[in-house]
Amino acid sequence: MTSMPKDPMLPVPFRIERVQRELSDTFTMEMVAKDGGTFSFKAGQFNMLYVFGVGEVPISISGDPADRSKVVHTTRAVGAVTKALDALKAGDEIGVRGPFGTDWPVEAAYGHDLVFVAGGVGLAPLRPAIYQAMANREKFGRVVVLYGARTPEDILFKKELERWRGRFDMDVGVTVDRATGKWSGNVGVVTKLVARGGFDPLHTTAFVCGPEVMMRYVAAELEKKGVARSSVWVSMERNMKCGCGLCGHCQWGPHFVCKDGPVFRYDRIADMFSIREL
Amino acid sequence: MVQTETLGRVIDEHPFFQGIDAGLRELLVGCAKNERFEVGEFLFRNGGKADKFFLVRAGTVAVEVDVPGKPPIIIETVGEGEVLGWSWIVAPHIASFDARAMTLTRALSFDAKCLLKKMAADPALGYEVLRRFVPVMAHRLQASRMQMLDLYGPDGEDRPAKKVKIEVVKAVKGSKGKNRKADALLAAPEKPLKATRKADKEKASKKQKKAG
Repeated sequence: MTSMPKDPMLPVPFRIERVQRELSDTFTMEMVAKDGGTFSFKAGQFNMLYVFGVGEVPISISGDPADRSKVVHTTRAVGAVTKALDALKAGDEIGVRGPFGTDWPVEAAYGHDLVFVAGGVGLAPLRPAIYQAMANREKFGRVVVLYGARTPEDILFKKELERWRGRFDMDVGVTVDRATGKWSGNVGVVTKLVARGGFDPLHTTAFVCGPEVMMRYVAAELEKKGVARSSVWVSMERNMKCGCGLCGHCQWGPHFVCKDGPVFRYDRIADMFSIREL
Repeated sequence: MVQTETLGRVIDEHPFFQGIDAGLRELLVGCAKNERFEVGEFLFRNGGKADKFFLVRAGTVAVEVDVPGKPPIIIETVGEGEVLGWSWIVAPHIASFDARAMTLTRALSFDAKCLLKKMAADPALGYEVLRRFVPVMAHRLQASRMQMLDLYGPDGEDRPAKKVKIEVVKAVKGSKGKNRKADALLAAPEKPLKATRKADKEKASKKQKKAG
């Protein structure tokens, strides 16, 4: 039985089961519904997390969509609410509304090569789609994960990336913007990994998540490689408040990011990327 | 002769000169030689003469900047199938970075003096070489700009210090869902919370004094 009420504005109390420190400012929380119910979501969707007395913040779900027993969020502590979230520990309670928004069309990519391109904490919203893809590995051609971080110390889900890299049916490329001599991997922007290819551009679906500027350059590089704009999907971030397209806080041109996004097909929004006022 | 043929084949197979005209390739071969660099060996040094460029055939090279008193900062890695070094094209032909082999590296090096002479004598060769170098230079300039933007977030110094975090914990726990002041305090975490409280107290005592 699902824990989530029919009223999307009503938060449901969840108990934090486990907090995992990922980076110095980034953490992963595993939560279970206080009433013991299950939680279903699609890869790419987000929840509104409410820290009682502080406020609410939209955070993408970073767990496995197949695991309905808990909900997992990976958050970077940058603002008032996320810093308050960072202060919570196992046993504490928060309010959860969701899941909201559109999802990564993993099933629609069956038969294609699947390329995930993530930058920084953008790997978190992509992780559920990677789990889903790997659970249905035989339905795809090549599966490629390309990840860019600031420094080697800022690599998110490092152990998981190492595990994925160790698989024989998945290609993983990691690069950092800068490093010192201890690092023996790639240094440079993530677009450079895209340029190296390793996938069939005509039969590729790409999911891209990271800072907007990075997504723009990655999409351009994918296009240069021959991947159609309609095969590229990006996840957008805006100031989402209600989560269900009522309040208009996250309006982006003709779209509400919370309802029409956060996952958008690139050809539908590409022109808006270059409009400074948006 | 055998070596010339081998070098020609290597040039043909390397992505940088892929599809080059056979005649032009022969001119390139005359300026090329195979080189091997052990781990830690420098291909060129910052401030040194930029009298070569390299087509990396195998291995990884770190392009780095030496920072006094600190480990060198790697700003880019160049690997198999890529080209390394373009200061040889631009006067005063001085290398601006160090290039160090991170792994055993095999590369084809080109003598800049020899090639520049041939390029000056044969504009078709000059055009062909520059036509291939300009996108590499543009791409690297764009990449450098992106790296400068520091897209992936705040650096170590800007991250929440442990002390601030403890203050945030107290504010959250103390709020019990009622105290909206915690919200305002958390919204400006750059200002130490204790300092804010102290300032509030001072304000209150000033008010009291005025009232008194």
